[in-house]
Amino acid sequence: MQKRFRNNIVIFLSVLGPGLITANVDNDSGGIYTYSAAGAKYGYLPLWTLIPITVLLIITQEMCSRMGAVTGKGLSDLIREEFGLRTTFFMMAALVIANWTNVVAEFAGIATSLELFHLSRYFTVPLSAVAVWYVVVKGNYRNVERIFLIACTVYVTYIISGVLVKPDWKEAAIYSVKPILIFDSGYIYMLIGMVGTSIAPWMQFYLQAAVVEKGITAKEYVQSRLEVIIGCIMTDVVAFFIIVACAGAIWSHGAKDIDSAADAAVALKPFGQYAFLLFSIGLFNASFFAACILPLSTAYTVCEGLGFESGVDRKFKEAPIFYWLYTLLIVLGAAVILIPKVNLVAMVLFSQVINGVLLPFVLIYMILLINRKGLMKEWTNSPFYNAISWASVAIMIGLTLALVAISIKGGG
Amino acid sequence: MADQVFYLTELLGLQVYDLKGRKLGVIKDAAIVPLVHPSRIDRYLVGGGFAWLTVRHDQIRSISFDGIYLLDEHLTPYHSDEYMLRMVRDLLDQQIIDAEGRKVVRVTDVTFDPRRENGSDVLNVYEVDIGMRSVFRRLFQGVLPRKLVRRLQGPIRPNSIRWATCSILEADPQRRLRLNIDNHLLEEMHPADLADIVEDLSPDDREAIFETIDSEVAAETLSEVDPDIQAAILESLETETAADIVEEMSPNEAADILAELEPETSEEILEEMEPEPKTEVRELLEFKEDSAGGLMNTEYVALPETATVADAMSAIRANEEVLETLNTIFLIDSNEYLKGSVALARLFIASGDTPLRDLASENLIQVDVDESQARVTEMFDKYNLLTLPVVDEHGRLSGAITADDIISVLRQR
Repeated sequence: MQKRFRNNIVIFLSVLGPGLITANVDNDSGGIYTYSAAGAKYGYLPLWTLIPITVLLIITQEMCSRMGAVTGKGLSDLIREEFGLRTTFFMMAALVIANWTNVVAEFAGIATSLELFHLSRYFTVPLSAVAVWYVVVKGNYRNVERIFLIACTVYVTYIISGVLVKPDWKEAAIYSVKPILIFDSGYIYMLIGMVGTSIAPWMQFYLQAAVVEKGITAKEYVQSRLEVIIGCIMTDVVAFFIIVACAGAIWSHGAKDIDSAADAAVALKPFGQYAFLLFSIGLFNASFFAACILPLSTAYTVCEGLGFESGVDRKFKEAPIFYWLYTLLIVLGAAVILIPKVNLVAMVLFSQVINGVLLPFVLIYMILLINRKGLMKEWTNSPFYNAISWASVAIMIGLTLALVAISIKGGG
Repeated sequence: MADQVFYLTELLGLQVYDLKGRKLGVIKDAAIVPLVHPSRIDRYLVGGGFAWLTVRHDQIRSISFDGIYLLDEHLTPYHSDEYMLRMVRDLLDQQIIDAEGRKVVRVTDVTFDPRRENGSDVLNVYEVDIGMRSVFRRLFQGVLPRKLVRRLQGPIRPNSIRWATCSILEADPQRRLRLNIDNHLLEEMHPADLADIVEDLSPDDREAIFETIDSEVAAETLSEVDPDIQAAILESLETETAADIVEEMSPNEAADILAELEPETSEEILEEMEPEPKTEVRELLEFKEDSAGGLMNTEYVALPETATVADAMSAIRANEEVLETLNTIFLIDSNEYLKGSVALARLFIASGDTPLRDLASENLIQVDVDESQARVTEMFDKYNLLTLPVVDEHGRLSGAITADDIISVLRQR
């Protein structure tokens, strides 16, 4: 039957969803600014982190999609069922705070990208907040998602620019594999931020929920895994070129802190007069895209974990907590941007560090869950997998402690 | 015990005292034994030193915030008992089905209805709590005194589900029997509501429901489930169960679902089916899904063109299972060529001996089995049809498409 042949394509396309969308959301305003700042300030030095980050990213996302496919349940549901309400509550509270700072970061991305064209943030941010709310609650998000995904190809400009700025490829190659650790709070702050932006905690909840939503079963999961891996590699290839472009275009003329969108846009200077335009489109699209997904995903995650009604297909009266949480995240996220004289870029970087600090705790629960035989049957982790995951947890906690220690000592 | 209600979170951690007032330990869990009583707490599990003890409900004198006092000291060590539904382990934080509200909910706390029976305080599971108030109680119980928690929770609106309308989820078939879980609550729901619930469940729970539920209900429910999940459900079932369910479906729905499965699985299921539905489904499987043949149903009422209204009435009586969707009767000649169609309502205003031919619509609208889905949809719109007969290349009647098939097609776009 002709149907069967078509079926295979349909399965692939439908499974193509979650992993690649997550990968694209990964390079949001937090990602762009964090990698730009890393390249501008430390040049090729931070490149070595990308290989371990990619490995960890693949492992985490693979675990989430595996859990979603095998159990058919979201991550917050599983934490609730296996660890009880109190644990879930504190995890959700931490997640809401971290995600709120991320929403702030997305609106900061929207504000700064449009300020390149002298559009006031007092005008663009409230407007975008309303637009985000409207698109998700009243509009047809599925159609909008396609536009985002197409617009994500703007990232290619970084790859082109990374080549055109004629970076020092020899150094880039050496530092890609040569780990450099400096006990300097700025450097460690940046490392945590880089891990936090690449492997954002909220994304793990989002990915698992998306896998469950798609109804991907343990059987189809092999295709899904391939997609997750491709997505993760794509994310970090873009990250590599952002850092290289910034190192080549900015750092090579002197290490510099990135304070504004105009600073970061210099990385695209081979595009001449279009640099600002391309940077702005890329940043705006990524920020707006993530601003649509992030508050929604947070509201879903929290409500499912705590057992409240959720879903945009429900009426406000049926799911009040869901809608309030969703609306407040957007309103409070946008409000921070409107405080006069806030350094938006510093705000963005800070949110990614929060992600990095929260990540090991999410990871701990993920590893504990995925090793439960009763839950995962024959799909539990291999010892190799566990070793890498636990090592990552230890490293992330170690980095956080080191940052705290250095800051307290006042070395900074 | 004077209070109207008692919460599970309040029960947990209460001290248990023996006859002489010595502490034995604290309450760790409580269990009902559904085969004995559907809602009474039958056993209390007490944790003291190393091992847990089991206290039967009739060994208890009183239960209050001050502790639990026993009547009897012949306690047995706790051993795992498959017939127990333990409140903390099996119910708290887990999902259950709220049959009345028709949704899947997560248990945050359990409300008991305390009674005095034969000189003992007996707790009966009364409601399952969800929502803010129970979350608040769970978070602060153990941190603040019980009485204070009660007072503070006052202003929060309660949100609870009566125990009698809860259906527990349990994937293990043996344990379902031991816990006396039956499906009557689910079977009484509208299949479309049950389908929505099933979509929210994990694959294991879905499988457990479809394995045990009445196959007629299962068939109706399965045809309402999201097409993405239908195939996954059917594949997870035992071939025999799957075949029973598919048999109960209308042939065109059966064919649609089987077409979604792996060829081997769908073949296995077909093999298990009764000969008659099997042949019909096999024939339908030959058509392309997006053609008129793929859309059509083979359950229709067709009579010879010479038949009368009285004949039609008796034919309808003999085909009760199609009554709910029947709105047209087809007329065929001795070679099964389609000759006309009669709107059902016309029968009511004609006398019994009127030939059906006189009642037939003036224009016979029909479609070829190979016609495209898009064209079929267009015809429904253009001619305002409820039913459209489908004929093979020779003009012989092979099936009928109804408006609800078209609605499904449009919705899936």
